[in-house]
Amino acid sequence: MRSLMLALATLLLASTAQAQEQEIKLKPGPGLDKVEANCQACHTLAYIPMNSPYLDGAAWQAEVSKMIKAYGAPIEDADAKAIVDYLKSHYGG
Amino acid sequence: MITRRHLLQTASAGAAVAAGGLRFSDVAEAASAADRLTPGVPAGVASYVQMGTLPGKKPLIQLADRPPNYEAPLEYLRTPITPNDEFFVRYHLSDIPEVKIDTYKIALGGEGANGATELTLDDLKKMPAAEVVAVNQCSGNRRGLSKPHVPGVEWGYGAMGCAHWKGARLKDVLDKVGLKKEAVEIFFAGADGPAVDKTPDFVKSIPVWKATDENTLVAYEMNGQPLPHWNGFPARIVVPGWTGTYWMKHVTEIKAFTKPLQDFWMNPAYRIPVGKFPVRDRFISQETATTTPITEMVVNSLITSHRDGAKVQAGKVTVSGLAWDGGYGIRRVEVSTDDGKSWTSATLGQDLGRFAFRPWSYELSARRGKNTVMVNATNNIGQTQVSDLIFNGAGYHNNVMQSITLTA
Repeated sequence: MRSLMLALATLLLASTAQAQEQEIKLKPGPGLDKVEANCQACHTLAYIPMNSPYLDGAAWQAEVSKMIKAYGAPIEDADAKAIVDYLKSHYGG
Repeated sequence: MITRRHLLQTASAGAAVAAGGLRFSDVAEAASAADRLTPGVPAGVASYVQMGTLPGKKPLIQLADRPPNYEAPLEYLRTPITPNDEFFVRYHLSDIPEVKIDTYKIALGGEGANGATELTLDDLKKMPAAEVVAVNQCSGNRRGLSKPHVPGVEWGYGAMGCAHWKGARLKDVLDKVGLKKEAVEIFFAGADGPAVDKTPDFVKSIPVWKATDENTLVAYEMNGQPLPHWNGFPARIVVPGWTGTYWMKHVTEIKAFTKPLQDFWMNPAYRIPVGKFPVRDRFISQETATTTPITEMVVNSLITSHRDGAKVQAGKVTVSGLAWDGGYGIRRVEVSTDDGKSWTSATLGQDLGRFAFRPWSYELSARRGKNTVMVNATNNIGQTQVSDLIFNGAGYHNNVMQSITLTA
């Protein structure tokens, strides 16, 4: 029931915007602003819940490093740390 | 030449949503997307997933809208040919232009070719046409079932489809410029690109021997129609037997190289450990001591008539599905109703060629209570599916025998 309520709440938010554009509501917490400001420049935030909760802290660190080193994401070091900390705390293993 | 118009936002036939309002159909659709997920994908997927309808497509499971990654629900995989509007969609990068036919050209050449030229779509269509029915399966199909979890797009069963492709043979296209005898790889680039300049553009190569195979095409038709935009309009590379990564969409460059392509998308991306999988097609020019590019698909099958946990009537129940491999063809599909202790051959359906989905069916005598149905395909060189996952860090080649429970 709780998950249904969450689904309804998410839908309510989503349905006010473009009908089928994904609007991913991530868990609130420190660093979320950095995630939103950086990650969705190139891709939907859906990749975060999609890869949870099974990515552990080290794997999230590796993933953020890959985005910067392999994909050339222009993310400041301080932001990258905040992003990794947020992902570890909210979407970790 | 190409108008870079972002096609990032998806539209829906039933898209009209009253401002601030919530339609019951939206709720139903969200529930149905979560219900349609493959059992075993990460729990987080169900927290946001919806069915998404791209222009020209039926609703698909919307794993990601940017870049677009949409998988086919099981009910779209009940026929050996997947209709164009039900075919899965996979992109790596977010800048996806709408290609204009009147200015579209493929640049041919490269340092491994004897010359250079350009081909228009009309030029391609004037060449002798070749046709093949072939499965297009994402390398990462079933990645979401990896245990332990591996990062990436968490596909279930539906990052695959099978179509009747028509186009010019790639070898005939290459003959327009001629290959030097030192040429080792044929390079492809497409019109889509990254959101930021520093992201490596998606480019791929295949060995010359595979490029000059008579079944490898530059295809402009899919199931008798122009390619859908989302599946590579106006022309894409078709590499029968090999995973989708090489099937370059919106292809704009075809070049011959005398040296292996050094690029992120060839290495470290799309690699499997050397010697871990029973594949015969090797991509030697790209092989290192430890990794090699993914090539042909491993033999696999899928029950598509029923979902795991489905309710059935006691008595005769037809269980059916698809089997496929890397181009040797399917010899046999077997079903077990006792967790693999004994096996019975399923009836094979229409044979559309060695690269195609092979339909199969089995008459189950369903008992009251739980019935387990397990399936295993064997190809024409005797390869079978595996009982236990051959784990690899990218989640490729998952051909673990599927087992479902039907309750009567």
